[in-house]
Amino acid sequence: MALYSEKVMDHFRNPRNVGTIENADGVGEAGNSRCGDIMKIYLKIENDIVTDVKFETFGCGSAIASSSMATEMIMGKPLAEVLKLTNQAVTQALDGLPTNKLHCSVLAEEAVKAAVKDYFDRKNS
Amino acid sequence: MIYADHAATTKMSGTAVREMLYYMEEVWGNPSSLYGTGQKAAEALWSARERIAACLHAKAGEIYFTSGGSEADNQAILSAAGKGKREGRKHIVSTAFEHHAVLHTLRKLEREGFEVELLDVHENGLIYAEQVEEAIREDTCLVTVMYANNEIGTVMPVAEIGAVCRKKNVPFHTDAVQAAGYLPLDVRSQNIDLLSLSAHKFYGPKGIGILYARTGVPLTNLIEGGAQERGKRAGTENVPAIMGMAAALEEACANRRKNTDKLLKLRKMLIDGLSEIPHSALNGDAECRLPGNVSFCFEGIEGESLLLLLDDLGICASSGSACTSGSLDPSHVLLAIGRPHEVAHGSLRLSLGADNTEEEVGRILETVPQIVKRLRNMSPLWQDKQRGKKEFLL
Repeated sequence: MALYSEKVMDHFRNPRNVGTIENADGVGEAGNSRCGDIMKIYLKIENDIVTDVKFETFGCGSAIASSSMATEMIMGKPLAEVLKLTNQAVTQALDGLPTNKLHCSVLAEEAVKAAVKDYFDRKNS
Repeated sequence: MIYADHAATTKMSGTAVREMLYYMEEVWGNPSSLYGTGQKAAEALWSARERIAACLHAKAGEIYFTSGGSEADNQAILSAAGKGKREGRKHIVSTAFEHHAVLHTLRKLEREGFEVELLDVHENGLIYAEQVEEAIREDTCLVTVMYANNEIGTVMPVAEIGAVCRKKNVPFHTDAVQAAGYLPLDVRSQNIDLLSLSAHKFYGPKGIGILYARTGVPLTNLIEGGAQERGKRAGTENVPAIMGMAAALEEACANRRKNTDKLLKLRKMLIDGLSEIPHSALNGDAECRLPGNVSFCFEGIEGESLLLLLDDLGICASSGSACTSGSLDPSHVLLAIGRPHEVAHGSLRLSLGADNTEEEVGRILETVPQIVKRLRNMSPLWQDKQRGKKEFLL
């Protein structure tokens, strides 16, 4: 059996939405370099809907695939729905992750939520 | 496929395969049996011991067959510790970057009341005999220092360490698993009391290894049962694997100089080429290293991604990142030579062997910089460094 599912390898080899957004409305980061994983999510938001999303990731294959999948899952979605994103949903969408890689999907969830929080913080300040 | 992971394992040599087949198809008797075919296997077994002993400058009676390098390491260390305990000596000297087969055995002994002193590794990945000499005490029962490091390939001065240990009358064990076929093995002149080898690292079969124990150095059994291996390791001998191992070791030792000359050229090409990647660094001393080992750290990227993309392009390599080590921490070897966690995650080990060619090295040198660039482009860590928000470490 291969280490990763075909889905994971597809998102790892051809990551969707890689990059940054100039003047993003919300930016979130999760992880740290000591542990070997950092994910950064950039959001463009109009009328509480995600109109654009980009990511940058320093990490292993499953970290890159998890961020790529998470950006696809929230693109075009209202914030209320984005906030319901869970690491289980990301893992499921990737047809599963090895047990020792589940934390990668957790980081994706955290980075997305941090970006939304950043958006609200900016809005409220 | 370009195979550049010979430190992990090697493809068996044709000579070794043929030798094994003969002992699977023709001489398959149990060496402990009295009838002809069993005795023929017993004779073969002794001849393998002699052939292996000749490669190590040892005596046939000093060679014990084990299931591999890990078992040999375990038995060597536990045997010396057992003798130490009987004599009231419970201090062991080793290094911080040994293989886990050594480190985890030492940790077990620590829990049993032994005092283990792990020598600091210099930034160049070396341990010096003076460090060993300073660390040896009245109650030291064992010094265990690897011959060559499995990740960064640095070569320890085992002959000098052996001389120090002999002078101080302390048993000296060396894990020489990475050395066979690349470095001189002479247990007499190098004053080695215990030495571990693993066949699959020198083009022999997996699941078989060697423990050399100098005459007079007592061994403790790990496996109890029959009287095989002069009563020191029970279980019917894996005759085909032992014969394959003997053939492979003879071949590796005979070809050592020829292969070394070739590998040194390829290593230089690789090191020179990879050094051109900005913010990268060679791990371990540039000269005092295995002829086929090239270990690098690339700042801003993670090793597993690098390996997966290399695999996509048909290149097999290895890394010391956390994701490949099976824990949250990157390789203890890279941390031991002072690489920060962040940098250690971005490591690549290429270990070349006899069959690698200049063309293959050229392919590797075209591929690695592209992949590093691609991963850096999507790395927030790298981007932060580029934007001046974080400092470059390499």
